[in-house]
Amino acid sequence: MRKTYAEVPGVSIGSRSPSSWNILWRELVRDRLAFVSLLFLGIVILLVYGISFVLDQEQIVSIDLFALKKPPSAEHWLGTDYGGRDVFGQLIIGTRNSLSIGIIVTVLTGLIGVLIGLISGYFGGTVDNIFMRFVDFFMILPTLMIVIAFVTAVPKYNVVSFSLIMTAFLWMGIARLIRSKALQERELDYVQASKTLGSSHLKIMISQVLPNLSSIIIVTMTLNLAANIGLESGLSFLGFGFPESTPSLGTLVSYARDPQTLESRWWIWLPASVLILVLMLCINNVGQALKRATDARQRKG
Amino acid sequence: MWRTVARRMVIMIPQIFLLSILVFLMAKAMPGDALTGLLDPSIDPASLEAQRERLGLNNPWQVQYWDWITKAFQGDFGQSFRFKMPVSDLIGQRMMNTIWLSIVTLILTYLIAIPLGITSGRYNDTWADRFITGYTYLGFAAPLFIFALLMLWIFGFHFGWFPTGGSVEPGMKPGTLEYVLSKFYHLLLPALSMALITTVTTVQLLRSEIIDTKQKDFIVTARAKGASESRVYNRHILRNSLLPIAAFFGYEITGLIGGTVFIESIYSYPGMGELFLSSISLRDFSVVTALVLLYGAASIIGALISDITLSAVDPRIRIK
Repeated sequence: MRKTYAEVPGVSIGSRSPSSWNILWRELVRDRLAFVSLLFLGIVILLVYGISFVLDQEQIVSIDLFALKKPPSAEHWLGTDYGGRDVFGQLIIGTRNSLSIGIIVTVLTGLIGVLIGLISGYFGGTVDNIFMRFVDFFMILPTLMIVIAFVTAVPKYNVVSFSLIMTAFLWMGIARLIRSKALQERELDYVQASKTLGSSHLKIMISQVLPNLSSIIIVTMTLNLAANIGLESGLSFLGFGFPESTPSLGTLVSYARDPQTLESRWWIWLPASVLILVLMLCINNVGQALKRATDARQRKG
Repeated sequence: MWRTVARRMVIMIPQIFLLSILVFLMAKAMPGDALTGLLDPSIDPASLEAQRERLGLNNPWQVQYWDWITKAFQGDFGQSFRFKMPVSDLIGQRMMNTIWLSIVTLILTYLIAIPLGITSGRYNDTWADRFITGYTYLGFAAPLFIFALLMLWIFGFHFGWFPTGGSVEPGMKPGTLEYVLSKFYHLLLPALSMALITTVTTVQLLRSEIIDTKQKDFIVTARAKGASESRVYNRHILRNSLLPIAAFFGYEITGLIGGTVFIESIYSYPGMGELFLSSISLRDFSVVTALVLLYGAASIIGALISDITLSAVDPRIRIK
């Protein structure tokens, strides 16, 4: 354990500058809208993962011919769909699946993006040039179509391959951002000093440059999480997301592609739509508040 | 300037080449080939093999790729087994619908963005600004497909103000004024749904540009020389703030590509996106590969336009 200033006698705690985590947290609590959003997100996550622990996915996605297209009742809170499946149960499991895939894809794209961005920006020059031409190529791809095409082309399609396909075409944004920050960072004195002291490139990158980029990584990943949930539910809505047996929020919304359901059975698709909207709004609120926190000029106080 | 454009064009060539290879490999990975669906399933395997040989489906992949790409450049993408017609004719029919949808969306995007951005930037921190910022916050978070679905539900079904599908009233004669009006009427709700979401980033950008420009020295000078408030805004601030907006025009085009797929699917509007989705679910892969290639080319051109406008607006970022 390294000693912090607080533990060294003679140095008062007040002289220690707050860590970036402390600043982020303080700003988040101070921004009332963002704090409420965070609370709401926490509650939704607890509820959804809690209830889905009790619910049985097999039972919910199995077809019940005696309960087709029922309106909301005491037994089925949000009615049933064309296969007699309980919509409320699908909503809970769908939210869990959408959130999980969003988190998985965000973490995976974050890992790849940070790694490539850091290497590219830290070394600069030829390495940077090669990596960035690669990124440029991925950037011009029509992501939506390519993902849909891959989803249909992959044999033995399942949740793992879906998240890998999404990851493969979504890591470029964060890589570019981290690269531009790392390019600035490498010119700073502390990196030069560390080089002079003989630290290895790996050590400088991981234990010195990376911590300085941590707040920007958190901000981007939060905003990406919202975008990924949106993209996943969009793909599931079009019918190219999760496989049939795993409902997602987008699957429920996709029932609205049938004009009759859209017009007269709002209880099937509207709750899921509103939930996607609110989830994305809340995650964005938290992300924007964090973004303000990382930019000292925009802080509230 | 022209050197930048030329350099930027050179970068496009390997991009298009890589894109075509990716699309080709993707098409190879998809189940079935050009013969699947064309032939009667009861045909005997020997003659099927002979057909394969004749069509060159047994050649090594680089030979097949070369055949495919040379034909594609001449506009020959093979046959669609679903419609029993050449893919290029099929896409040609649908392309104009998508292009019209995109043009109307772009026009609406700027028609909404410019007044809102100006109001929000000029009177910042008033209730009008807070209202507009609230809208941009909401629009930024809302996924396009949910918003479009809600618009269809409310204005298409509930109020019945707009048609809920198709691109034109059936039975209209092309070329008449009624035909054009009917097309426009069918376009309006889809385009508006998309524009209300895509405009949000432009509004935010314009607002922050105006607020930034307001505090610049040359504005202080203009005021000190006695220019009227409207002259300061219309001649000095607006002109300088609109340039970055113009530069983002290319990005708008790339954004439209993904957007039209959702919008066309929701409003069952017969464009390229709708064709893409229905072809992929019916495994009509010759249409799918042609469309992915076209969309890729469109997004390469979008990136090209945005780079060129950016470098025209801001000389600092020209490629050296």
